[in-house]
Amino acid sequence: MSTAVAQQVDDVKSTPWSGGKSPFDVEYGKLMMWFFLLSDAFTFSTLLISYGALRFSAPVWPAPSLVFQSFPGLIESGAPLVFVGLMTFILIMSSVTMVLAVEAGHRNSKKEVVIWMLFTILGGLMFLGCQALEWNHLHSEGFWWGHIPTAEKMQEFFKAGVPYTQQAMSSHQFANLFFTITGFHGFHVFSGVIINIIITINVLVGTYARRGSYLMVEKVGLYWHFVDLVWVFVFTFFYLV
Amino acid sequence: MSAETTHAHTPEGGGHGDHEGMSKKRIWKVFYILLGITCVEFFIALVIAPHYRGALWINPMYIVLTLFKAFYIVGYFMHLKFEKLDMALAIIIPILFIIGLILVLTNESHYWIGLRL
Repeated sequence: MSTAVAQQVDDVKSTPWSGGKSPFDVEYGKLMMWFFLLSDAFTFSTLLISYGALRFSAPVWPAPSLVFQSFPGLIESGAPLVFVGLMTFILIMSSVTMVLAVEAGHRNSKKEVVIWMLFTILGGLMFLGCQALEWNHLHSEGFWWGHIPTAEKMQEFFKAGVPYTQQAMSSHQFANLFFTITGFHGFHVFSGVIINIIITINVLVGTYARRGSYLMVEKVGLYWHFVDLVWVFVFTFFYLV
Repeated sequence: MSAETTHAHTPEGGGHGDHEGMSKKRIWKVFYILLGITCVEFFIALVIAPHYRGALWINPMYIVLTLFKAFYIVGYFMHLKFEKLDMALAIIIPILFIIGLILVLTNESHYWIGLRL
């Protein structure tokens, strides 16, 4: 091969897509985390879209402002959105502490990474605790997978004048969809907390300090923000709409 | 793992384009934006919506605000805004399938209404 041809081959190889380097300029594990999250986004979308389709086709639906109006342990009724507002705040806050951990990781500041990771884990646990209370409250009202409140209790969740058969049908759908979707999301939060704990232990024993990079913190950070992102949608479609 | 190490050590920042992307100041700014949008949603739900029962613009309003929040979480917290354009497109374009499913099932559920009546 003459030098001129070799020169041309080198020219071709200088473009991002010609091989020899990462065209996205992203580390492998991080890219794979993004693709996993994309697939997870599809899963959550199908759940939320089927919820939307069932709700759109139902003649009536339990009114969110009547179903979710208690603050477990403090206010029995008349406080719509207050408790879920707290949950939303906790999750957004823990997302912020997660970015702060990533930011500290860029500066290779082990101590700060640990502190912010611990706050993130705490936020995740608080969210799970709130969700347990929320589930417990709905369960005590009579909602569960395949279960709905008694006929007279159910009047509380609908605008006046809705026939019982319609109430029963949409309450069943509401209960199944609510527990499935928030349960699936809660399971993601739970896994996220476990993964965050593992990563924090790794930070503490100095794995990433030896490696010279806190990129793993960034990867779990992506997962954690995704969980927050899903909650933003669950919150809108179950509590606001 | 060696790939990760060398990657992170390249002086160009190895692709996250970078710390100046998400300084502490900017992180808190995004937090206040997210908090602000959530407060607007609460305001609509608790104060405005009760006066306009059944108004058609309320739900689209929630969805638009939610998409704004999604943009800030994905763009800034998940850093996608600072990745290469090809990378961002690889994630965003498949989302179009979700929009497709929304259109299909909205149409379908409209038909279900007729079946149930």
